[in-house]
Amino acid sequence: MTRNADMEQVAGDFYAENFAKDASEGSLILNLGPQHPSTHGVLRVLVELDGEYVLRAEPVIGYLHRMHEKMAEVKTAAQYIPNMGRVDYGHAIAWNWAFVGAVERLAGIEVPPRAEYVRVITCELNRIASHLLWWGAYLLDLGAFTPIMYAFDDREKILDILQSPTGARLTFSYFRIGGVARDLDEDCVKAIREFIPWMRSRLPMYKEFVSDNIILRRRIEGVGVFEPDLCRRYGATGPVSRGSGLAYDVRRDEPYSVYPKLDFVVPTSDLMDARGRYDVRMEEMAQSLNIIESCLDQMPEGDTLVKGAPKPSWKVPKGETYFAVEGGRGKIGVHLVSDGGKNMYRVKLRSPSYSNLSLFAEASRGTLLADAVAILGSLDLIIPEIDR
Amino acid sequence: MNAIKQAFRTVSDLWSLMVGLRVTGKYFVEPQRTVRYPWKAVSTVGTFKGHLELVGGTKDPFKPRCISCGMCAISCPSGCITVVKRKPPKPTPEEEKAVAEAKTRGEKVKDQTPKDPEKFLYDFSLCSLCGTCMENCPTGSLRFSHNVYVAGYSRNDFQYDLVLQLREAEAQAKPARREARPAAESEA
Repeated sequence: MTRNADMEQVAGDFYAENFAKDASEGSLILNLGPQHPSTHGVLRVLVELDGEYVLRAEPVIGYLHRMHEKMAEVKTAAQYIPNMGRVDYGHAIAWNWAFVGAVERLAGIEVPPRAEYVRVITCELNRIASHLLWWGAYLLDLGAFTPIMYAFDDREKILDILQSPTGARLTFSYFRIGGVARDLDEDCVKAIREFIPWMRSRLPMYKEFVSDNIILRRRIEGVGVFEPDLCRRYGATGPVSRGSGLAYDVRRDEPYSVYPKLDFVVPTSDLMDARGRYDVRMEEMAQSLNIIESCLDQMPEGDTLVKGAPKPSWKVPKGETYFAVEGGRGKIGVHLVSDGGKNMYRVKLRSPSYSNLSLFAEASRGTLLADAVAILGSLDLIIPEIDR
Repeated sequence: MNAIKQAFRTVSDLWSLMVGLRVTGKYFVEPQRTVRYPWKAVSTVGTFKGHLELVGGTKDPFKPRCISCGMCAISCPSGCITVVKRKPPKPTPEEEKAVAEAKTRGEKVKDQTPKDPEKFLYDFSLCSLCGTCMENCPTGSLRFSHNVYVAGYSRNDFQYDLVLQLREAEAQAKPARREARPAAESEA
């Protein structure tokens, strides 16, 4: 589907033809994806090139649309939880939490204290796993193969830990309305306690191994500078906006669960480039370890599921609510409307990747094609989350 | 002066590559982290959620505990469970007579139909392994197997009858007993 502007005929679909209308003289329109290896999943990006430089770029989404929002309208609240594990495979537990939290807020269900801590521990472990996945995949995008082997070595350890309470390794449906499905047993707590020092010892290795590496530094430093204003305009959240110096973290700014009791720093970077976002994510892993450790120390004994927890036939009380959590990629929001019927009336899922991707068209303008790929990777996109 | 700075920077840049190579070198001589799969399996299979399976009763571990109430089928988000109840056995003339007599006396007739399901149809290709059925089962007769090696050539390979599976498990566990049983019956 390449096309020169001076050619009469345009080969391509509706998007390509529409995109080609505004093409300038002598430029080349190139289609990246939806099966291009350097774009994650099935993201398709149309770019207009002048030599190596990107004149315009336009993401085309919708190749992985699975109607998660519509499915909420034909399921009861408890039956919708497995869907949440499939919206974002990277940080599935945060999505679990966003939905379950919205239902609990609307119905006024109190979660037992131990369950709150279990939720934080599993969520933060999943966050580290998500960042490790990004780290490995991003470096793979940039042409470094070996780091993903190291990242997956650690990621597998987390998945083994998470497998013990959840039973799954990727698409967790672990949370329940009013608690979690299973308690962390002693072996699991022990494994987490062993994992924390291990991961702490690995982070300096990552720094030596990759972060300080001159090839990476030349590749990402000064690339894809997002001004804080740009992030604000497009509603970018998570490491993308924190990498631009905006210290917005839902865990701190709209606290939920036991996060106010926990001591952690919201890492930010003033570099505003791909390097800034890289640094923020690396620091977040260290912070997540601190959170997990203090959670394990504070965790009380007790139930992990509230008594009389909603059954599948349970109806969400009439009303409307919004609940947001901090996911690996940013603010995950669930807007839940119920008319008191058997199924929910409407569920709107606010996915961070969608907002983060939307600034790409503007940010990639005038960059080298290779840098555009580096910017795309630094956004940490999960395509199922964009399309939902 | 600038040239010296530039040279110093080049050296430090090259040094960062050396540091990286030292890390890979260190891990190169360490033992392998991966497992050579078909010859050796990972040890974390025990906590993995595989497909559903029926739990046997306490007396007979190969007779399902299930009472065919259908809670699992109702609660399943993707509708992958169908429980087929047993039909009542055809009553003998004496039994029919007894039932009719009981009815004339105004007594309630106890249903003699065995409660365990005739078939427990489970479509694994639809299942999302959420565990909702398991949590809502009043008798605790469902659990996840730890079978991670499920594979098939077509979609039909994942249509299970869990009752049948339990019977197959019985056949595998006690081949000797199965042979002995008809002999015992003929004696009776």
